[in-house]
Amino acid sequence: MNELALAIPWLGKRNPAAARGVVILLAFAAPLIAMLFGKTWVRILDFAMLYVMLAIGLNLVVGFAGLLDLGYIAFYAVGAYTFAFLASPQFELHLPFWLVLPLGAGCAALAGIILGLPTLRLRGDYLAIVTLGFGEIVRIFLNNLNQPINITNGPQGINMIDPLVLFGWDVSKPLKIGEEITVNSLFQYYYIFLAFVALSVVLVQRLQVSRVGRAWAAIRDDELAAKAIGINTRNMKLLAFSLGATFGGVSGGLFAAFQGFVSPESFSLMESIAVLTMIVFGGMGNLAGVIVGALALTALPEVLRYVAIPVQQALFDKVILDPEVLRMLLLSLAMIFMMLLRPAGLIPAYSRYSRPELVVGKEAGK
Amino acid sequence: MITLLEARGITKRFGGLTALSDVSLTIRKGEVYGLIGPNGAGKTTFFNVLTGAYVPDGGELVFNGTELPTGKPHKVVEAGIARTFQNIRLFRDMTALENVMAGHHIRSRANPFSILLQTRQAKEEERLITERAYELLRYVGIERFADTVSKNLSYGDQRRLEIARALATEPQLLALDEPAAGMNATETAKLRELVQTIRHDGVTVLLIEHDVKLVMGLCDRLAVLDFGKKIAEDVPAEVQKNDAVISAYLGGHGTHKTGAAA
Repeated sequence: MNELALAIPWLGKRNPAAARGVVILLAFAAPLIAMLFGKTWVRILDFAMLYVMLAIGLNLVVGFAGLLDLGYIAFYAVGAYTFAFLASPQFELHLPFWLVLPLGAGCAALAGIILGLPTLRLRGDYLAIVTLGFGEIVRIFLNNLNQPINITNGPQGINMIDPLVLFGWDVSKPLKIGEEITVNSLFQYYYIFLAFVALSVVLVQRLQVSRVGRAWAAIRDDELAAKAIGINTRNMKLLAFSLGATFGGVSGGLFAAFQGFVSPESFSLMESIAVLTMIVFGGMGNLAGVIVGALALTALPEVLRYVAIPVQQALFDKVILDPEVLRMLLLSLAMIFMMLLRPAGLIPAYSRYSRPELVVGKEAGK
Repeated sequence: MITLLEARGITKRFGGLTALSDVSLTIRKGEVYGLIGPNGAGKTTFFNVLTGAYVPDGGELVFNGTELPTGKPHKVVEAGIARTFQNIRLFRDMTALENVMAGHHIRSRANPFSILLQTRQAKEEERLITERAYELLRYVGIERFADTVSKNLSYGDQRRLEIARALATEPQLLALDEPAAGMNATETAKLRELVQTIRHDGVTVLLIEHDVKLVMGLCDRLAVLDFGKKIAEDVPAEVQKNDAVISAYLGGHGTHKTGAAA
């Protein structure tokens, strides 16, 4: 729970309890605030939650175990397409959500192991190149597996994917509470995604402060020394790849259900880079950091899209800079300033197993 | 005396260079065993073969009556051999305590499932690991630096931390690769005390060292390597008188007197 307090560092250091309260309050109130600006913003928030899950998963691989993965979006694709195959008219299969999502996560984990096995000896740049290739291979497969047998429906993607239905509760329909209040499906999705994010945070934090988390950190810091103290580096790396991929798979499944449509172009290299940028920007290895990074960098392009054009028109009577151009410009500037001023990210990682006061605080907080 | 480790005819070649040629030696339980030799004699290569970092081209290692797997460092640690490195290799961004806790990896059992579910067993194990890590830091005398990130420790303390981390794997044989390298006289004296304590507490020590004074004072028995061959294996007093050893260290034929002075 201390991770939550860290999301607002200046308050978190002085009064963790208050900071935690603020974060939880914000998390619950966020869609209501977003609603003030229109439904679109609630939708953006929903997507932001999916990116937060992706960032948490990738952080596990890159931040904890130090394995640079540039093809992470492939696991998102595996999760999304598994969902699409098993719950859409594509194969006339409509399996229930609680079965499809774990299957998607399992397939993603398997894909993680498949990627992990041949790359065990690689580190740094070399690993990055292979993972980058892996990401592209998955996307190209999805793009071309519409013949000779139509599996993925090629570039058109798969349509009419079943919405999220939890034991008879159809999330895609407005929920009526009493006579007066109806809850829009976007809100329902938000709170479901929020629950998934919260669960991910708890699980990843438990992993980090454990025998497994320490083994990952050891491999990241010095692989040879890690071997010399008896860590089975092969198994631990595979575990990192598969667990990281699992989060990607879950996020992908939720994405497919939420969007109702998947196509290969959602899983391009740029998406992998975007997720990596989020964790570098937020603070690699730090959960609070990567969450803040994911939220900030999902919101940025959308804010620009809705703000840049009207502002430019008001000022100059015409649009000088396309929002997309502006986005890349601002993102690059942000990264340059980050590297100069805060090279470890917005909220840098710190060592923690050794801080009994934090561990004790965590126990007390539960 | 019971034999703890027996190396039989270990040979290791790198291309045309034979780094180790038919090296056999026996380490007995409870002793401090020294491995010395001029630069390039093959000491560190022997270390790397012993700890599974290299696969030997010939020979076998028998530890506690069973053959050691080669080329599998984590299996060697599991069998009960821990090592330190000549150029210190700590987990730089982890604190001293975390380093030692990481050392417990092989002796702990929590798996991802028990960790994710935070079973009572996993929690209890984590508490024990923390406790034991503090104990080990106290044992090597750097408990006050438990929360210091290891790269910020002084050189001597880094050495001690590396030894603590190796001890965390609960070894029967602790292999130290030039632990006194770069240490001043005070630090070396403290190190000697530490090694004696470790031996006293029942861990056999294999010591590679350049500091002849330290080796002669500390070791029960010594082996001398030269150009990948074992040229002597005996108690320090005898090794000092050995002609082959003297000529290996001084070049040509030295007298007994100069040899003893070393």
